[in-house]
Amino acid sequence: MATNLPLIALMGNPNSGKTAIFNLLTGMNQKVSNYPGITVEQRRGNAQLTDNSTVEIMDMPGTYSLTPESLDEKIVAQQTLKWLNGIDRPAAIISVVDAGNLSRNLYLTSQVMELGIPVIIALNMMDRLKRKNQEIDSVKLQKMLGAHAVIPMSAQEKWGINELQAELTDVITKENIEVCSHIQMEIPKEIEKIINPISEFLHNKCDHDNYITNVQALRLITRKSAFDLYSECEDLSSSEIKSLILLRDKVAHEIDELGLNHRILEATLRFEMLDNTLKDLTLINQNEIKNQSRSERVDKMLTHKWLGPLIFLTLLYGIFQSIFIWATIPMQYIDSGVGYLGNYCVQLFSPGILRDLLVEGIISGVGAILIFLPQILILIFFMTILEDTGYMARVAFMMDKLMNKIGLQGKSVLPLMSGYACAIPGIMATRTIDSWKERMITIIVLPLISCSARLPVYTLMIGAFIPNKPILGFLNLQGLTMVFMYFLGTVTAMIIAAIISRFIEEKGKSSFVMEMPPYRMPLAVSLFRQVYIRGKLFVINAGKIIMAISIVLWFLASFPKPESDTVSFSIQDSYAGKIGHAIEPVIAPLGFDWKIGVGLITSFAAREVVVSTLATLYNVEDEGDDFVGITEALKNEVNPLTGLPRYTPLVALSIMVFYVYAAQCMATFAIVKNETNSWKWPLIMIAYMMGLAYIGSLLVYQGGQVLGFV
Amino acid sequence: MSIKQLHQLLPGESAQIISFHKDLTLQSRLVEMGILPGVEIRLLKKGPFNGPIEIKVRCYEVALRYKDAMQINVS
Repeated sequence: MATNLPLIALMGNPNSGKTAIFNLLTGMNQKVSNYPGITVEQRRGNAQLTDNSTVEIMDMPGTYSLTPESLDEKIVAQQTLKWLNGIDRPAAIISVVDAGNLSRNLYLTSQVMELGIPVIIALNMMDRLKRKNQEIDSVKLQKMLGAHAVIPMSAQEKWGINELQAELTDVITKENIEVCSHIQMEIPKEIEKIINPISEFLHNKCDHDNYITNVQALRLITRKSAFDLYSECEDLSSSEIKSLILLRDKVAHEIDELGLNHRILEATLRFEMLDNTLKDLTLINQNEIKNQSRSERVDKMLTHKWLGPLIFLTLLYGIFQSIFIWATIPMQYIDSGVGYLGNYCVQLFSPGILRDLLVEGIISGVGAILIFLPQILILIFFMTILEDTGYMARVAFMMDKLMNKIGLQGKSVLPLMSGYACAIPGIMATRTIDSWKERMITIIVLPLISCSARLPVYTLMIGAFIPNKPILGFLNLQGLTMVFMYFLGTVTAMIIAAIISRFIEEKGKSSFVMEMPPYRMPLAVSLFRQVYIRGKLFVINAGKIIMAISIVLWFLASFPKPESDTVSFSIQDSYAGKIGHAIEPVIAPLGFDWKIGVGLITSFAAREVVVSTLATLYNVEDEGDDFVGITEALKNEVNPLTGLPRYTPLVALSIMVFYVYAAQCMATFAIVKNETNSWKWPLIMIAYMMGLAYIGSLLVYQGGQVLGFV
Repeated sequence: MSIKQLHQLLPGESAQIISFHKDLTLQSRLVEMGILPGVEIRLLKKGPFNGPIEIKVRCYEVALRYKDAMQINVS
């Protein structure tokens, strides 16, 4: 992505409001590669400044320090080491700081200010401070820190953004900005002497000033992840690594002999300096921890021993039920719109291959998918709210112990929950999990969580075959079936996790330290942007993959045409018919016919394609010129052998169970391959999921027949 | 005040961190989050069945595992 625009890096702690500021600066003008998770990958966007110049903003994952603990943080640490060596240096860094939590946030800022790049501090969340009648003297703070500027602002209330833009203009137009951090640690002479061998080693590799090399030396000895990062980034030879390890062990030992602790030395010195500096700002007072916050009081209920989990389950149930209820009306509109468009085209064009392709292939295929847009948007909407309010962190807190029993941890909850929308952002969100083993298990079971691509399949089958009957007065059979499908996938994921955790070896140690951010109102801008981006992706997908598959499928289903016009065309003789019939013996025990078989094949690209596949097949088969709605077509399908309806509620159930389990999304496995760096895991996943799908469906269909259902 | 471990505090009780047990690998991360010897903390709540423990430190709230809290000395 080489542009000539000045590059601005956006850095900050998790929960500092960094992403909200990114959204405000860039507006809708973002390039999100692939799928937008919550800042799990590098996001870039262009921002218009006050003088109409443009800069490119790079949103970095949230991190507490430049020593990495998780994969997410490693990305940031690697990037900053590159900058230090003069590669891809940004014109400036915006360090986002939560004003209500100054000392902890400034830890990262002080590390960042040592890179020699101009730093603008965005003092975010000033609205909260104002409500508590607190003030921060930003001019004094700026002088104390030596930052380029300190901008008090509130992304929540959208003020301070103009001032931030003005400072950006200033920093990119001025030449020769003097960069000088006023918050440097004081490294005692005796420590400097001990770490000197490492500093000298580093100095020979790269010619930085004394302070920077000393800081790097201190960071290197804190822990293995810091050491590994350095040796990877600097491309050290194995003999160099060996001698550096010897140096490190010697230095660490000598520091501990002094009665200090090498693991916490950098942080101890840095916080000593920070706490001393900040003492002058009257605002910082230690008694803050005595005050009971609003979040704390809310938490008394939301994370209560028994009430907490109950509220969580009720919320989940409410969300899935409302997806079904709220989406009905817009879905009907889209449905009749697509039908109208199909029939309109039938009248507009003269009969022929082109019209058939348009109506039977494209409109019916893409239309069948577009209907589910409202449901998917509602699901994303709720998931984003749960996350943006800070509730997800509480769920992680409540679930950690339970998740730990099955080889996962509290932080697995967020990726798993995003899996209800789509496995891909979920898999990328696992980068925040520190432990390798827990991260792998989370990835392996994640595709079992019913994603929004399954929703069209469930909805179609439930709408067509499950009666709309009330149960116990307030529940409803259709909604309950839907919830059951989600439940089935989730519980199976838990069981599989418990099983495979016995077979995967741990590299490193499991840990769980998680900040509980204060509850906050989700920002409408961020909320709707998330919904918009996901919705757009879904439509573009429908436009690309599904349209392509629909066209190919229409061709396969419509040809070869019979040689003489006297023989009527039967779809059974088409290419698609032949393919479907070829695999029918394998899937017949599950209750599937050849049309579903074709759908299973096309769903390898993406699950929802089965719906458009069936739509295309039925429209090609239908001899009349009318546009056929798929629900009606399924209900009217007759088994020629028995004369009874082909699809029964039992077949529908069997199909749904198959789709709960089956490995059918190529994009997911491509991402897993990327994230794990091998084909081993994606292949294992495909094998176990397909096995589950076949056995699950077989049990449902054969078992159902034995029990007397048809 | 006598020295005890973080998990022994009662909800609402405040204390000062004294030291970490040397086997606590987590300590390097904790200190970067401002949780280091000499700092005041208050225990907010304990999760059920020895689940995570939530503490307040430096104007924010953070959750730790029970077994890690056992390796943090406070007074």
